[in-house]
Amino acid sequence: MSIAQRLHLKTYVLIVLMVLFGATGDVLLGKGMRESGGIALKSAGSIVDGLTRGFHNRLVWMGMGSLIVFFLCYLLVLSWADYSFVSPASASSYGIVTLLGWMLLGETVTSVRWLGVVVICVGVLFIGHTPPRTTQELE
Amino acid sequence: MIRIWLLLGVVVLAGTAGEIAVTRAMKRIGEVHHFHPRALLRVLGRAFRVGWMWLGLGLLAMAFFSLLALLSWENVSFVVPITALSYVVGALMAKLFLGEEVNQMRWMGVLLVVLGVVLVCAG
Repeated sequence: MSIAQRLHLKTYVLIVLMVLFGATGDVLLGKGMRESGGIALKSAGSIVDGLTRGFHNRLVWMGMGSLIVFFLCYLLVLSWADYSFVSPASASSYGIVTLLGWMLLGETVTSVRWLGVVVICVGVLFIGHTPPRTTQELE
Repeated sequence: MIRIWLLLGVVVLAGTAGEIAVTRAMKRIGEVHHFHPRALLRVLGRAFRVGWMWLGLGLLAMAFFSLLALLSWENVSFVVPITALSYVVGALMAKLFLGEEVNQMRWMGVLLVVLGVVLVCAG
């Protein structure tokens, strides 16, 4: 495998992991926070109270674990790939979240929303046709 | 209303600048070749010794708390599509501050992603 092919492969693998762990983390955190009663954004006290209740929920912890893995993958991929490549490509998570919500949670998804998901995927395909790295190593 | 637009500006600008600073820190570390847990811990240890990382995390925290405040006043369907502008600002900042080449194809992709996010939120 050439150096360029290896760079492409590890960039795509890490972006897929980012999208999966990011989307799963968001869904788990959202479900966990709702289960624990949510955060009332009224005063500092009510925010702290909502967060404390959230920390007693198992799904919130699983969501945070998932988001930590997401952030680690994000840091690693940015050690070689362009920010202007990684950041919009990771927007495919909007599609994954919509798909997960529709398949697992039985959410209704409007046609405008599906259109949005398709437009994001086309955008990500465009970005995927550009080189993942256009800069030289700093050191 | 001015307060809301100011905070939206903070979310987009501080959030993107934070990510650019984090990227700069990781570029200083250099390409990661080994993915063994011990090697990854070493990479993280080095990354957190770079000033850009702390600047980036500070800016990201500022953007996060501004977003939290915004969401207490406005609907998600108003806030999130506007914050999708971060993709455009991000491409511009990456070109200016990181020297990345953003060609026409990448710009098209970025603009489609922004349009898609707006549609997802409107749907």
